[in-house]
Amino acid sequence: MGQAFLTLLFVLAVNFFLFRILPSDPITMMVRANRLTDSQKAELIREFGFAKPLAEQFLIYITHPWRLGYSQQSSRPVVDVIGERIWPTVLLVGISTILSTILGVLIGISSAWRRGSRLDVNWLISTMTFYSMPDFWFGMMLLLVFAATLHWFPVGGYASPPEAGLTGFFPHLLDVARHLFLPAATLTIGYLGEYSLIMRSSLIDVMHEDFVNVVRAKGLRDRDVRRKHAVPNALLPIVTMVILYFGYVLAGAVGVETVFSYPGLGLLTYTSIVEQDFPVMQGIFLLLSAAVIIANLIADITYTYLDPRVRQT
Amino acid sequence: MPTEPFDQEPVFPEPAMADQGHALDVKHRSPRQITWARRRRALTRFWKQFRENRLGTAGLFVLSLFVLVAICAPLIAPRSATTEVTATAKDQPILAPPGHHCPQSYIQNVQDPNTGEYHTIEKPCLASEEQFYPLGTDGAGRSLFALLVWGARISLLVGLVATIMAMLIGSGIGIAAGFYGGWVDVALSRLTDWFLVIPWIALAIVLASVLGQSLFNIIMVVAVTSWAVTARLVRAQALTVATRPYVERARALGASNWHIITRHVLPNLFPIIFANTILTVALSILAESTLSFLGLGDPMSVSWGTILEQAQGAGATTGGQWWWVMTPGVAITAVVLAFTMCGFAVEEITNPRLRRR
Repeated sequence: MGQAFLTLLFVLAVNFFLFRILPSDPITMMVRANRLTDSQKAELIREFGFAKPLAEQFLIYITHPWRLGYSQQSSRPVVDVIGERIWPTVLLVGISTILSTILGVLIGISSAWRRGSRLDVNWLISTMTFYSMPDFWFGMMLLLVFAATLHWFPVGGYASPPEAGLTGFFPHLLDVARHLFLPAATLTIGYLGEYSLIMRSSLIDVMHEDFVNVVRAKGLRDRDVRRKHAVPNALLPIVTMVILYFGYVLAGAVGVETVFSYPGLGLLTYTSIVEQDFPVMQGIFLLLSAAVIIANLIADITYTYLDPRVRQT
Repeated sequence: MPTEPFDQEPVFPEPAMADQGHALDVKHRSPRQITWARRRRALTRFWKQFRENRLGTAGLFVLSLFVLVAICAPLIAPRSATTEVTATAKDQPILAPPGHHCPQSYIQNVQDPNTGEYHTIEKPCLASEEQFYPLGTDGAGRSLFALLVWGARISLLVGLVATIMAMLIGSGIGIAAGFYGGWVDVALSRLTDWFLVIPWIALAIVLASVLGQSLFNIIMVVAVTSWAVTARLVRAQALTVATRPYVERARALGASNWHIITRHVLPNLFPIIFANTILTVALSILAESTLSFLGLGDPMSVSWGTILEQAQGAGATTGGQWWWVMTPGVAITAVVLAFTMCGFAVEEITNPRLRRR
């Protein structure tokens, strides 16, 4: 707990100093957007204490980390700009994480149980290949084939514009799902390899433990040894892994969201790079780091809860 | 029979030792010669084990191919081809699919001299004007083949240099933390943890945006975001090495910290650092392509990620220009996969726990 808090402080410090070694000074950076009104500018200078010494600015910053200023693209508060982008990303990353975990675990189990077989080697090579692909490029290829050539799916966005007339609950749901399909498939397949490799090595470790031999000696069938004893134990690292990765994938969806113009945090990150919108970038960095730190904390707690061996020490 | 000194092992019997003259020779070799002979043997053994790993060997083959292409880039395609617009029609750059393409053939309006009417005719292409684009052209009318060949240089260069920097930072911090212990360890371990926790892509984007776009900066950014894993690995290993009896013995003989680190700790860590280096190169190349794709690469040099960025910007995916999108990605995947397979093979040899049970 204390460690998570310290890490958060470190992130805040990085955020503060990084954006103050910029070529332009923070005031110009913050107030550069000429769309800001004079009163907004004055408010910013007062709020962030730009007129005060650096140490005092840091103190103000670290005690009010949620004050992020205004986006340079739209002159709206950064908190609002980021807030409306969280839901699509959580939806996309959540669905992909669930799917890739389930599929990865299944692949990992069948690979580990028949270690060294043709099936195992084939899975290993194909998951390694997907792991080696840049995820955004895999998304581009899917887009090229299934959206641009075959026209099975829309080329991007979160949903069709209102003019399309898909206003009812179910038509809208279907429309959102159709837009979600390709980006979610990209992320699912992209992260499949990671989960299946971890499941594979975890199950192989478990298979060599004594208790597996004991239950075998008791006369359990191979299937029951696997289902009731080996797999539940091998799943332990996967559970914490999934929670941990959720935090990272939230950040990793930048490329995929850019390819599919999916209006989540990733696309916002991309537009903030293109527009040099530093306040928004700062806010996203803070949010993503906080997400990972919190995910770490939850993973630790879950692991202690799930594994009695850790609880005792 | 006198027992052999512990240090001069031959645990692994050598064929050469059977030779009587050679065995006599061993006694007259200096410690340095003995060390190097042992290292040579280890290297031969390592190479033999590596060759037995089919995936690793395949990876090494693919890698050598790409490295060769990167080194020989000027011989394969002229540098000017990466900037020169070669495929044009009516002075407009065009996107040509792979294969033969005639840059001068286009639809023309021609006035019929007899009737005064206009006809559209396709101007025929002379054989001498016909050009061959093995992989087609990009939206600026440049040969994709030339771009890929020159892009290999940047992608591999960034991947390798960034990895070397990350290894230097990571092993330095890892050894210092593991070897010195105490408050140095606490401070350095905390720093490592921080860098491990912060999502690399977020940090990389922020750093790259702040530093500005250049080849050196992208190398810096990739290195700064990828040293932490190495540091943690090296620290754990250095901790165990530091407690071994031979380190204690060296210290009792009056060896300095520097001597112990360079002569005892580093050689023991080398296998782990080596396997980790190869795997990190793969990740660095992926990182470079992602950052370039997001528009944070060096605008003055073409890397595989930059080609993809331009393809995305020009709408090649929705426009169905598959050749422009496909080839750079295939190149990235092939190189990353090759590095990963080599890395796994080396890891399997150097880390006995991973060997087949």
